Amino acid sequence: MTSTTRENAVNHVDEPRVTPVVRRSKVDRAYRAIATMSGSIVFVVMALIGGFLLYRGIDALRISGWGFITESQWAPDMGGAFGIAAVLPYTVSIALVALFLAVPISVATALFITEYAPRRLRRFLTATIDLLAAVPSLIYGLWGLFYLQPRLITLSKWLADNLGFIPFFKVNEDFGTSLGVFPSSTFVAGVIVSLMVIPICTSVMREVFGQAPPGEREGAMALGGTRWGVVRDVVLPFGRGGIIGGSMLGLGRALGETIAVTLIISPSFDAKWSILEQGSNSIAALIALKFSESTETGISALMAAGLALFVITLLVNTAASSVVNRSRSGSATEI
Amino acid sequence: MALTLRRNKKTNDVGSIDEKIRIKSVESIDVTVLIGSAISAFALVQLLYETFLPLSGALGFIVVWYVFFLAISWTAVRELRGNVRAKDHLARVLVWSGASLAIVPLVLIVLYVIGKGYHALRPQFFTEDQRYVGALSDSTEGGGAHAIIGTIQQVGIASLIAVPLGITTAVYLNEVKGRLAKPLRTVVDAMSAVPSIVAGLFIYAAWILALGNQQTGLAGSLALSVLFLPTVTRTAEVVLRLVPGGLREASLALGGTEWRTTSRVVLPTSRSGLVTAVILGVARVIGETAPLILTVGGAFILNWNPLSGKQDSLPFFVFRLIRFPQESQIARAWTGALVLMILVLVLFVIARAIGGRGPDHIGRFKRWRLQRKGLA
Repeated sequence: MTSTTRENAVNHVDEPRVTPVVRRSKVDRAYRAIATMSGSIVFVVMALIGGFLLYRGIDALRISGWGFITESQWAPDMGGAFGIAAVLPYTVSIALVALFLAVPISVATALFITEYAPRRLRRFLTATIDLLAAVPSLIYGLWGLFYLQPRLITLSKWLADNLGFIPFFKVNEDFGTSLGVFPSSTFVAGVIVSLMVIPICTSVMREVFGQAPPGEREGAMALGGTRWGVVRDVVLPFGRGGIIGGSMLGLGRALGETIAVTLIISPSFDAKWSILEQGSNSIAALIALKFSESTETGISALMAAGLALFVITLLVNTAASSVVNRSRSGSATEI
Repeated sequence: MALTLRRNKKTNDVGSIDEKIRIKSVESIDVTVLIGSAISAFALVQLLYETFLPLSGALGFIVVWYVFFLAISWTAVRELRGNVRAKDHLARVLVWSGASLAIVPLVLIVLYVIGKGYHALRPQFFTEDQRYVGALSDSTEGGGAHAIIGTIQQVGIASLIAVPLGITTAVYLNEVKGRLAKPLRTVVDAMSAVPSIVAGLFIYAAWILALGNQQTGLAGSLALSVLFLPTVTRTAEVVLRLVPGGLREASLALGGTEWRTTSRVVLPTSRSGLVTAVILGVARVIGETAPLILTVGGAFILNWNPLSGKQDSLPFFVFRLIRFPQESQIARAWTGALVLMILVLVLFVIARAIGGRGPDHIGRFKRWRLQRKGLA
């Protein structure tokens, strides 16, 4: 026991009574120093990202002042006003549409993998979900634009015709409800983004569902519960942290999704409630689209928008990983 | 023995207590109900569709059919076996369909991209650039060699930067376990969430604007490595965590130093996992478009030098060409997308094949090395 190092003693169930004194050789000290250094690079890079975006974006923020949050137009190059008051709500609503679709499907897929699927299918499905995560977002975007959108807008039309009384599904009457109103909308972009979010949510949920305690599971079955009974009363309550955390990780990804959204939407700078109607936007798409045509102030304004996106995704993700980690460490599984 | 096995199957009993009990999930009566309700729902919808029902089109038909199917099969199971079983049945059908809904797009995407892309896919696509391509050129003229070479160089440089850094960071997190390990893990998680466009903006601000460099392939690979680093770190850390603690302790107990334990025991044991982690990381990074829009500049002519001059990359090539008005350029874009997808699929399959091996797997190369040492 005493001959092991302190680090390895931590792995043991018994605590050593005497803390062993560790004398490291020069090589070991160098090894630890190098590993520590490369670890710190991550801190440095993250600080640099925030720092440089702020440094470059501060000029634009000085020009716009609080208008950056309240102004919905984007015309920094002509000396006009610019702000994220339209772009940010669009970004959030695309992400919410994506989550609204992705979360139920992810829960179902994760449950299928952990509870329902035959063992062989389980491995295959896990691999397929990983593959879904590896398909480039560009390809999702292309497929969405050319294949899914023409088919999806019939659904948009149906929603607008039959559920038009709900503000989200309302479409401006001037256009009537011909199919031409519905492409390039928040809804279509959200559906495509949901496909990219599903693998992320599913893999987190699968991991957490798999950790539901077998004792409770078998207890529920022994009491005569059906499989759904086990899922409802054991797996889902124990996996709640995973569902919430996985959804939030998905939200972070959905907020930052660039290429697919850029391909689908036609940029709009008037925030509106309707998610079905043509015209949407997102911060990431704004940067991708405006970048090549921007001059100095414009670039600075895009940097400020990028900073806003960076901060938002950082917050969402930190919250998400703390929820997931807590549910992993088992504190959510206390009865 | 055979008798007990059969009985086990029948009574749904599993011999060992440690094993998770799995109940026979599908019974013949369920299958009958499923098929029956599918057919009756189809017949009913066929009869009522386009007259009483609100939706139209093929998609609408499937939606209406599915709703009818759920209702009919639920009612049937409730009549046959009661309310509790009906709920269980409904949940099972919903979970099955949810899971298939997640898989269906993958199949559709792969088929669609193949269908669109194979027209302009010829050997020349890998050897020619767009130098002689004009507005009226046929889609079979010119190719994407400049983009493919750009992508390979950029991803290669990004891996050279990110892989060693990511693995040493994972070693720090899991082997050194220094004071920074806990905050570092949080920051790595946060870094993996950095939107790809923000990584591009960062390199544009720091490398191009502040340091006065041009848009080059190198700038692109720097942006890619910002995205690559956290992926490698996280997966490598998981892989290192799988190395049994007993191996480390044995090495230390034999008098090995920490460095020797890591370099001679931990890393070789987890080698196949680490290779998988790296390949999966490459498969993700290779399709990144957003950061490259800002950093590589884009070009139509082959540029071998990633250190100077604008370069192209396969995803960026596709992204630009798909917005051209000419059919021929759009066809080339689809071919680019197909090549990209094949690259990702191949990398993925390789990663899976390597990841499936255990650490005790002895491949051809390893056997050769062992033979040279006279160990095998």
